[in-house]
Parts: sequence; structure tokens; C-alpha cells
Amino acid sequence: MSAEGTPAIAAYRFPASRAAQITFALLAVYVVYALTQLDVSLERVQQGMAHAGRFLGRMIPPNFARSELLWSGLAESLQIAVLASALGIVLALPFGLLGARNLMPAWVSWPARLVVVLARSFHPVVVAILFVKAVGFGALAGILALTVASIGFIGKLFTEAIEEVSIKEVEAVRATGAPFTSVLAFGVLPQVFSRFIGFATYQLDSNLRNSTMVGIVGAGGIGGTLFAAFQRFDYDFVSAILISIIALIMAGEVLATAVRRIFIDNATLRQLFRGGTPVHRPLDDD
Amino acid sequence: MSDALIIRRLSKAYVPGKPVLHDIDVEIAAEGVTAIIGPSGTGKSTLIRCINRLVEPSSGEILFDGKDLARVSGVALRHARRQIGMVFQEYNLVERLTVMENLLCGRLGYVAPWRAWRRKFPPADIERALALLDTVGLAGFANRRADALSGGQRQRVGIARAVMQQPRLMLADEPTSSLDPKTSVEIMELLAGVARSHRIPVLINMHDVALARRFADRILGMSGGRIVFDGPPQGLSDSMLKQIYGGEDWLH
Repeated sequence: MSAEGTPAIAAYRFPASRAAQITFALLAVYVVYALTQLDVSLERVQQGMAHAGRFLGRMIPPNFARSELLWSGLAESLQIAVLASALGIVLALPFGLLGARNLMPAWVSWPARLVVVLARSFHPVVVAILFVKAVGFGALAGILALTVASIGFIGKLFTEAIEEVSIKEVEAVRATGAPFTSVLAFGVLPQVFSRFIGFATYQLDSNLRNSTMVGIVGAGGIGGTLFAAFQRFDYDFVSAILISIIALIMAGEVLATAVRRIFIDNATLRQLFRGGTPVHRPLDDD
Repeated sequence: MSDALIIRRLSKAYVPGKPVLHDIDVEIAAEGVTAIIGPSGTGKSTLIRCINRLVEPSSGEILFDGKDLARVSGVALRHARRQIGMVFQEYNLVERLTVMENLLCGRLGYVAPWRAWRRKFPPADIERALALLDTVGLAGFANRRADALSGGQRQRVGIARAVMQQPRLMLADEPTSSLDPKTSVEIMELLAGVARSHRIPVLINMHDVALARRFADRILGMSGGRIVFDGPPQGLSDSMLKQIYGGEDWLH
């Protein structure tokens, strides 16, 4: 019996979603409309490529002569990123917990969620501008701006992680008569800890990148140096800065991986440096 | 030696007007194993969970140790809960903690949170936990993570955790429903052993009528949110089972 031969199978149609089809059609129309509005043309891209070629030519070779300026800028960016991450994580923990609707009553979780949403509403650069106005030029403004960004981002992720814990485990700990903080320590934290570490290292990575940018608006770090070099057409110094930033981000990636391996895979320091395989807990059958 | 548990006119309705438990009146003696049998959805779990208030009763009294468990709240509720051990159908161990940490969960009601956070438990608790692991047949498993255990091993840890509380009342919500027949018997032997050695009442929900007959001193049959049978295992006739579960084809 062939499939085509059976009338019932031939008549069968997979249900198509009309709403999805309409959405795609509208999206396509809007893309075309936006293209016509914004004076986007292939000619301009081609001209731009020529400019970019000259510009790239002047970037080579990179000029590391002003290494002192470069190092102090990079060091400041790193400090901004680490301090903002530490402060942001410490502050995001309580907000993340208070926002979790499975553990907190609505009158607690809504205000906490509101704080986190507000902290996430603006791009870090916009927040940095506000803090530069408030506390003046320099690294402090950058630290505060990235702290706010960290609260907004990992506060939300913490809340979601806590809301996804298995309530059975929490229930069992609660049934022993444990006080609330002990329920958190034994019922909730073990379930979310490895994800928290993941979010924290991700935030450090994100803050490292952002800390090289807040300097553009005067909030400290290598960004200020980069912006000045652009404006003075010192493209060889610009490329030196860009290469250094790439190196910084890669170093941050290595650091984040190490932190994850220590906390999540229980790697020892020796394994970390020798590049041994992560420890997996033994699974045994009975 | 423990106290009797007295339940008076206990009702619970998750949805107003549709009660799951109808005016339950029962007295559980200060010692011995009581099995609650009955079809799924008849309120057995709800009844057990009302006792340690994992479920809020709608009305009625639950008298134990001079207190009405249906009324206590805050610290009084925590103090009541730490005297009541509970064993769950799906074990409800904290998967990412070690067996030892899971056992010590049973002491959280007695150990100050700042000590518990730093894992500073009294040496006596650790010693007791190690001895208990030996009793339930899991000697040497203390540092194993709970998610590395089999179902039967997990339930042993679940029982040990409840016993760590030095409970004066033990509740078990279908403790053998996820286990194979041989392990089920072993788990029931452990629970009955706890009732004997600690001289406390153990209240067990179960589906396996044969197991209930074998291990319980008393059987409560529930149907439609009411207790329709209350007596020793010998008194549980086929006609009674028919009344509890409905139908009779399954009996033969």
C-alpha cells in the first residue's frame, strides 16, 4: 500500500499557522520600506569599501610606541570590569532572589523585578553618560555604570534560574523545619550554583568589552584613549589599541573558563595548569 | 515514646466548593505503622501533607504534642515540622548535594543558619549520620552525590534524612511507588523498623495493598475524600477493597 494511494493520507495537510505567515509577510514589507527610507544603496557600500581600504592601510603597522598610555588605559578598563562585576554580582544576588516568584510573595517580587528591569532599560553607555554628569569624569562613573548594567542583566538571569529549581527538593528541606535561610542554602543554592557561576563569568566577559567603551563618554578606561586616537587620525595607534583589546578579551575568556572549571567541574589547580580533562563525578550502577 | 496524632473534622478544598478531604476524623496511636490505601486522587497525599502543612488545610484540627498543627505558623510551625519526618515518593533529595549533606538537612531545624551555610554541624550529628548510613545499608556512601544513586539507594537516604530529625512522627507519601518489588519490601522493612526502634507512629500512603497488609498494624481505606475502612489488616476483606477502589476485576 503506497502512501499516495490512500485518500486519507493524500488529503492530510499539516496545519499551517496563518498568523505566522502574515507576520513573515509584514516583516518582509517592513524590511523593504526601511531600506528605501534610509538611503541604503550598493554604490555607497562600494565607495565605503575604498575608504576602508585606505583607512586600514594607515593602521598597518600598529604603533606600540605609546605603550605607557596603552597599559594604563587597559589596566583601568580591567579594574573597571572586575570591580563592576564583583559589585554587580553581589547586588544582583539579593535582587535576583527577591524577584523569584516561586519563593517570594508578589508584593516583594514585583518591586525587585522593577529595579532589575530599570537597570536593564538603558545601554551601559547611556548610563555612563548619566554617571559622568553625576560623579564627574573618570573610572568611578564607569564602575557605577557597569554595575547597574550587571544588576540588570544577571539579576534577571538569577531570578529565572531560581524560578526553575525543582520545588520538590525545596519542599523536602522545608519539611524538616529548616529556617528560610537554611532552605536557601541547602534546597535552592545547590540547584542554581553552577548556573550562577556561568552567568557571573559571562557578565565579567561582557563588562570587559563594555569597559573598553565607556571611556568614549569619559567614564574611564582604554575607550577614552581609543576615541582620542581616532580623532587625531593616529590610526596606527588605534590598531595597537584594538589589538590590545582583543588580547584583553581573550585573556578574560581564559580566566572565565578557569573559573567555570574550578567551580562547576571541581577541577584542581594542577589540572587547570596542565590542561587535564575535567573531573566528572563517577556514575555507578548498583 | 511519642504522642498520639488526633485529626478532627479535617477538610481541604483546593478549589472552593470541591473538597478533596471531607471532615476526616481519625486518631493515630502513639506507636505503630498505619497504612493509608485508596485510589489515586482520593486525598491520601493531601491528608499526609496537611499534617506537616506542605498543604494548608481548609478547616479542622490536627492535634499533636499539645498543639494544633493546623493553626501554628512561623517559628511554631518550623518547630512542629522538625519533629515530623517525611519520606517522599520521588525521594526529593537535593540532587547536587552529597549523601552526608542530604542527611544533615534533617538537622537544619536545629542548627543555626550561619553554621549550616558553613557546614559547621555538631560532631554528634555527623556521627549519627554515619551510623544511620550503616543502618540503611549505605555505609561508605557519605561523600557520594545524591544524583549518582539508584532509586532504592535514594529512598534509603530519604528515610535516613527523616530519621536524622529524631522525629516523633513519621510520614511517608507513597515511599515505594517508584521502586521495584524487592526494593519496596526492603524500604517498608526500614520504615517499620523505624516505627519499632523509635517507638513513634509512622503514617504511610501506599498503593500496594499486599505490602500494606504485610507491614501495617492498622489500615485506613480512603475513597472519595473519606475514610471508609479503619481496622487491622485481617479485617480488610475483598468486598471492602471493592468498596474502596470500585470494580472487582483487578482483584483476581
